[in-house]
Amino acid sequence: MTGRTPQQGFDPQRRRFLSAAAAAAGVTLAPGVTLYGVTAAGSAAARAPEDPVTSSVRWGLLVDVNKCRDGCNACVTACVEENGLRGNGRPETDAQWIRKVELRDPSTGAKRSLPLMCQHCASPPCVDVCPTGASFKRADGIVLVDKHICIGCRYCMLACPYKARSFIHEVVEDQKPYAPRGKGTVESCTFCVHRVDEGRTPACVEACAEAGGDAMTFGDLNDPNSRISKQVAAYVTDQIRPDLGLDPGVRYRNL
Amino acid sequence: MGRHLVLALLLLLAPAAAAAQDSDAGRVPLPTIVKGKGEACVADTAYMRRYHMTELDHQRDETMHRGVRTRKFSLKECVDCHATPAPTGGYVSVNAPGQFCRSCHDYAAVTIDCFQCHAARPGETATKRAGEFPRTAGKFRQESEVQ
Repeated sequence: MTGRTPQQGFDPQRRRFLSAAAAAAGVTLAPGVTLYGVTAAGSAAARAPEDPVTSSVRWGLLVDVNKCRDGCNACVTACVEENGLRGNGRPETDAQWIRKVELRDPSTGAKRSLPLMCQHCASPPCVDVCPTGASFKRADGIVLVDKHICIGCRYCMLACPYKARSFIHEVVEDQKPYAPRGKGTVESCTFCVHRVDEGRTPACVEACAEAGGDAMTFGDLNDPNSRISKQVAAYVTDQIRPDLGLDPGVRYRNL
Repeated sequence: MGRHLVLALLLLLAPAAAAAQDSDAGRVPLPTIVKGKGEACVADTAYMRRYHMTELDHQRDETMHRGVRTRKFSLKECVDCHATPAPTGGYVSVNAPGQFCRSCHDYAAVTIDCFQCHAARPGETATKRAGEFPRTAGKFRQESEVQ
């Protein structure tokens, strides 16, 4: 036994234990009011399958347009493959969750190429107009269509300023088990919600990194330590049509 | 005329009766119950027969709106266990005639809408996953991680 000797006065080991215990208990601001740290909670990887999503997370995507190559289609291809968006060879009606948009400044000739998908707005107009409640925003900011409730009226497609949604005109077969899709409903980018719930990033983000572009950063905008939050804080980024006040979760840098 | 009708009905029902497995009820045609993987379903057979849609409905709202992805009453898990391997490789759709979902639903004259949108065959990842976590009788393991 190595008991405390009178010369030592205090045990540093015990002191460390006590300070750690105090930190874990949270900071008491006033009697009955305790501030708990929330740094560990809120990341998707930490969420158990039985836990619901919470608004402590806001998923967001940052696209660095300078790194997005003209002619590269890796994100679109990955989206089609991941979600089983096999078309019928009719581009007018085939589903499109993400598309590449080419911009050109006519006065200077400068060109820009960027991916455009559902912007996962904080105030989504598609949710406002939906007559059945099928179009909804999940607590973590992902905007989805509950196809069980969708009646295919397509109000949301009219309301969306980004033309992000598609209506399924024809019978769909051989869907992916994690991405159910069917005729008569509206659908759009889900941020690959099935992957996000597993703690992974959307297929487009992964494909962009694999293709060497590394133009897309996905993460939690509410977590100040996430890569996306640090980038958004360090650089000037743009939302598309910020004048509409929708606060999209997708941001663009060097636009 | 009446006798002809009875004969026609008997002729119609004959293949269904022949397809019924372990049917000791004689003339009553019973649905073919294809055995699933593993030793037992996630709940008692009697409970699953009566309440599977209630549970699926509940699970669908939980998963869709709240992001809860437990596997016990997930439709994906039903398909993973109850789809039978096809002789040519891959799996037969659970919605194909005589298969697990369809045979009962045909018998009860209830249409299945699930598979208009949902996959009726296990996917590649799902198949792999089902092999990784074998079920045990009477209980369903709630994995802390979803692959």
